Amino acid sequence: MEYSEELVRELKRKAIQVRANILEMIPPGKVGHLGGSTSIADVMAALYFHTMRINKNNPKDPGRDRLIMSKGHAVLVQYACLAELGYFDRSELGKVKTFAGILQGHPDMDKTPGIEAVTGSLGQGLSVSLGVALGLRLDKSDSRVYAILGDGELAEGQIWEAAMAAAVYKASNLTAVIDWNGVQATSTTAEIFPIANLVEKWRAFGWNVIEIDGHDMIQVLLALDAAKAYTQGPTAILAHTIKGKCFPFAEGKAKYHNAAMNEEEYTIAWQCIENMKREVEA
Amino acid sequence: MRTSDSLRKTYGETLVELGEKNTDIVMLEADLGNSTMSSLFGNVYPERYFQMGIAEQNMASVAAGLSLTGKIPFINSFAVFASGRAYDQIRSSITIANLNVKICGSSAGLSDFGDGKTHQSIDDIALMQVLPHMTVLSPCDAVETEQMVKAMVETKGPMYIRINRNDLPVVTDPNSEYHIGKMTRVVEGSDVVVFATGIMVQQSMQAAKLLLEEGISVRVVNVSTIKPLDTEALLGFCEGVKAVVTAEEHSIIGGLGSTVAGALSKTRLPLDLIGVDDRYGTSAENYTILLKHYGLESEDVASRIRAILTV
Ligand SMILES: Cc1ncc(C[n+]2csc(CCOP(=O)(O)OP(=O)(O)O)c2C)c(N)n1
Repeated sequence: MEYSEELVRELKRKAIQVRANILEMIPPGKVGHLGGSTSIADVMAALYFHTMRINKNNPKDPGRDRLIMSKGHAVLVQYACLAELGYFDRSELGKVKTFAGILQGHPDMDKTPGIEAVTGSLGQGLSVSLGVALGLRLDKSDSRVYAILGDGELAEGQIWEAAMAAAVYKASNLTAVIDWNGVQATSTTAEIFPIANLVEKWRAFGWNVIEIDGHDMIQVLLALDAAKAYTQGPTAILAHTIKGKCFPFAEGKAKYHNAAMNEEEYTIAWQCIENMKREVEA
Repeated sequence: MRTSDSLRKTYGETLVELGEKNTDIVMLEADLGNSTMSSLFGNVYPERYFQMGIAEQNMASVAAGLSLTGKIPFINSFAVFASGRAYDQIRSSITIANLNVKICGSSAGLSDFGDGKTHQSIDDIALMQVLPHMTVLSPCDAVETEQMVKAMVETKGPMYIRINRNDLPVVTDPNSEYHIGKMTRVVEGSDVVVFATGIMVQQSMQAAKLLLEEGISVRVVNVSTIKPLDTEALLGFCEGVKAVVTAEEHSIIGGLGSTVAGALSKTRLPLDLIGVDDRYGTSAENYTILLKHYGLESEDVASRIRAILTV
């Protein structure tokens, strides 16, 4: 598969805007899941602005592809995409996690257009995604389901129940993207709960496995298209990423899993955005 | 149509019947299909029957996903596992989102007598009824099971049905109108009212018969919808009586009795809660031994009624 330079550049622009929207949601002093939202931002940009078939004018369009954030805490990145696409007014970004707003602390399908399920209790989203995939198949729909998982989340036993079941049912309309950033809530996965042979594990569970650099837009696009083309069963995209990507003070640090930036960090973060904007146009 | 007095067989047969016209009905099973009788559905509609293996948590969340595509999933297991093993999945994936998932807790209460405490659910009503959006149903016989399953398919929202493993005599009127939320007087009386659910309906009816010979007139009400509880009807059935008794095959903590007690707190009527005292089940060679051991036989109900009338 070949991707035009213009497409790749446009998706990189979108990824920058997604990160900018994340910053907008958590000004200095406001706590939010910066790390896990920015690590998956490039994959999310590719999905929402290219790969997925969506209808922003009808969020419930039966023919749409579905994206379920199994790592629901990183919903800021999904809000960032949905706002950019116009699912709700941009002014909502400033009201995330407030009583008056429609953007809850974790994904809430009743409150927010474009959110497909309730997640937040880790480990359940892959199962829910599988259920949607099986339902779509019964309806003879060609819509696809994307589940976004954290690598720390993989310690939940239910993930592996779902992995086995998806293979049993050969759910080729299901793609799981594992945000393999190597950091979880309180430290690195290496320190908290190292899971050995992750690639081999998914393969042994019966999945088509693709390992990529989750910040390389072309690799991301190639993987998503390969998953679409694979018809024998579900695909797991293991995306090597950096938690807090693009913001040096936060990169690779558990501290920014769910934290507030100070004024200085926030200024630096916006400078990073401006620098990236310049680079992408160069 | 119902072919026996088995609640679980009737459950399975009714879904087979409904599944013919309503192709949105899907069934999920965790390797207990011959007990829950979900296998009857699987035999007829294999493409709508999902064997999920012994993985109840995944089964509950997959059902949530299926309902997001407009399906009406029924998930099946023993009541202990259906409610307890998948509790957070029911809470997070299903009830918070208010999804149209139906949960069948089979072999409920002490009815799986031989298997003992790990398999006997004395806490499933408590777990399920505390969840916002959840409806909790507890049929007393096969007739009511059939009516209930039909209503479950017709009514949107998460629901839990607790089903006895053993055949029970039919005590409800097949021609009576059924709707979720309705409580029905099955014996008229004026001294005491017993609010009973599940197998305790028939036990209470027998107790009423015993007591009538002694000149004590007992009203028995079948509360087959534990949540939402029709408090207006509840208060109505308390009119004129000297005392209130509840009867359930479940812990007296968090079950029907606790809920009725809360609803009647302003009436100042004497109240006694019959059920399993804060303890687990145990194995026995038959159901009757267990009902006797836990004080759930008709004689037990009768003596508790006598006692509350003499205080
Ligand atoms: C069942 C459950 N346990 C604990 C948590 C609290 N929690 C939220 S995020 C998180 C760490 C997640 O790490 P990972 O999956 O690697 O996500 P990422 O690093 O991509 O943000 C934890 C423990 C939760 N939300 N759900």
